[in-house]
Amino acid sequence: MSVDEKTVRKVAKLARLAVPEERLAPMAGELNKILAWVEQLGELDIKNVEPMTSVAKMRLMRRADVVNDGNIADDLMKNAPNAIDNYFTVPKVVE
Amino acid sequence: MSDLATLTLAGARDALRRKKISSRELTTSFIKEVEGARGLNAFVTETPELALDMATRADARLSRGEAGILEGVPLGIKDLFCTKGVKTTAGSKILGNFVPTYESTVTRQMFDAGAVMLGKLNMDEFAMGSSNETSAWGPVISPWRRKGSNTPLVPGGSSGGSAAAVSARLCLGATGTDTGGSIRQPAAVAGITGIKPTYGRCSRWGIVAFASSLDQAGPMAHTVRDCAIMLQAMSGHDPKDSTSAPIAVPDFEAAIGKGVKGMRVGIPKEYRLDGMPSEIEALWAQGIAWMKDAGAEVIDVSLPHTKYALPAYYIVAPAEASSNLARYDGVRYGLRVNGDDVIDLYEKSRAAGFGREVQRRILIGTYVLSAGYYDAYYLRAQKIRTLIARDFEQAFEKCDMLLTPTSPSPAFGIGEKTDDPISMYLNDVFTVTVNLAGLPGISVPAGVNNEGLPLGLQLIGRAFDEATLFRAGQVIEDAAAFKARPDSWWK
Repeated sequence: MSVDEKTVRKVAKLARLAVPEERLAPMAGELNKILAWVEQLGELDIKNVEPMTSVAKMRLMRRADVVNDGNIADDLMKNAPNAIDNYFTVPKVVE
Repeated sequence: MSDLATLTLAGARDALRRKKISSRELTTSFIKEVEGARGLNAFVTETPELALDMATRADARLSRGEAGILEGVPLGIKDLFCTKGVKTTAGSKILGNFVPTYESTVTRQMFDAGAVMLGKLNMDEFAMGSSNETSAWGPVISPWRRKGSNTPLVPGGSSGGSAAAVSARLCLGATGTDTGGSIRQPAAVAGITGIKPTYGRCSRWGIVAFASSLDQAGPMAHTVRDCAIMLQAMSGHDPKDSTSAPIAVPDFEAAIGKGVKGMRVGIPKEYRLDGMPSEIEALWAQGIAWMKDAGAEVIDVSLPHTKYALPAYYIVAPAEASSNLARYDGVRYGLRVNGDDVIDLYEKSRAAGFGREVQRRILIGTYVLSAGYYDAYYLRAQKIRTLIARDFEQAFEKCDMLLTPTSPSPAFGIGEKTDDPISMYLNDVFTVTVNLAGLPGISVPAGVNNEGLPLGLQLIGRAFDEATLFRAGQVIEDAAAFKARPDSWWK
């Protein structure tokens, strides 16, 4: 499998990453080198192998379904690049 | 005043407790060292006032006889750990002005144990790299140089600032994180000791996430004992990290000195790579001889899927990274570049904030998770991960630990490998298997090559058996009697 400029454009869109037109072809080349290298994984027969879903052999811990944090609005806003009062702002999304 | 050139963390701890020295004196000396070594670019943020304040409080506790495990000991913190009120950038422009309002669990525990923070340490951007060259704040220069040469070398990565700072004796120890080798590889090429504990041993809460099923924090320091002391303070169950293990933390330091007599050390034949430098080959043979001399039984074992670990890692890690890094959107925190609409704002902010290697990995990760490719790449890689973990399980039926080289080469020059991502990725060929299987691994300095550059040996243990690694690591440390030091050319 190899990627072309069109695929890079599509993947960049999915990743919400602006990739300038002139970078699409070089990026396709870089990605293809990595993808060609990982192709060797195709050599293995993995038909009866379960995928690893948890590296630690333990049941996921559960916690009580209670509120244990909160009332930190000021803290949450402290690093916002463009906040108005306690609101995060974005360009207009509805007319 | 103790001699900073030979002082260890354990030595400082003991001197502080015996009131031979105060934390303020010690901290003041290290602050001067840090200021004098800015040419190495190891620290991205220095916190001298905070350090002195912490030292004063440590001295008060020491005088009351209330010393914690790390009481009064000056340390450096990798810039991946969120530190309350102190800028935390993860080596990225996208977090260039980020000041956490909370403390990571690991640093909280270390500070509760009395540690003094000298500052935050440089690293590859989002811990993605093996040379510290992807940092938005410029590369770290290794304190080490080839004999008779001024060529600047890399300190390894991604915990390159940590490795350089410890190695140049700017602090008594530093935190690192290890996703594919980012503690062990820099420790090896910088001539220090570093351990990646078992997945789940240290809480990941408050550590900027790269690949959540692989990331683990760990200590980097001068000696095996120093690492044992630091790991003691860093470890333990944390309800805030659902993957943190609810398992008691043993006394790691107590394991040291017990030797390896009667223990079985496995040598995985698949780690003998074609074209491996003879100096690495020789170092490994030396390590085997040391183990035998100490009374261990050395046996050959096979980890048949080793060669697939690195390519599997370069599917799993970017996939998880692409998901973890989705949070950097220019809205709630981090760099923002305004756009015509909200999508445009996201795309422009992320393009401006992430460096080249991070963007490459986000794109690879998004691609391997995208519709139509998930089974061929991600699911296949996760199945191969099962096979790699099984290889280790079978090997550990026959032996108590594995001995391998840490890194396939010594430190290389800055810029030598930046054009070819795959040749850079190969630096982690001996370390990455351990992350995929969630096991602990320690790197101990074991010798120098003919150019005077440090080389390390790695020990790999069973899950949650770091104690065996400290025992055996001490055997290597004693046998190697590694005394090489970089010339202090940066002063």
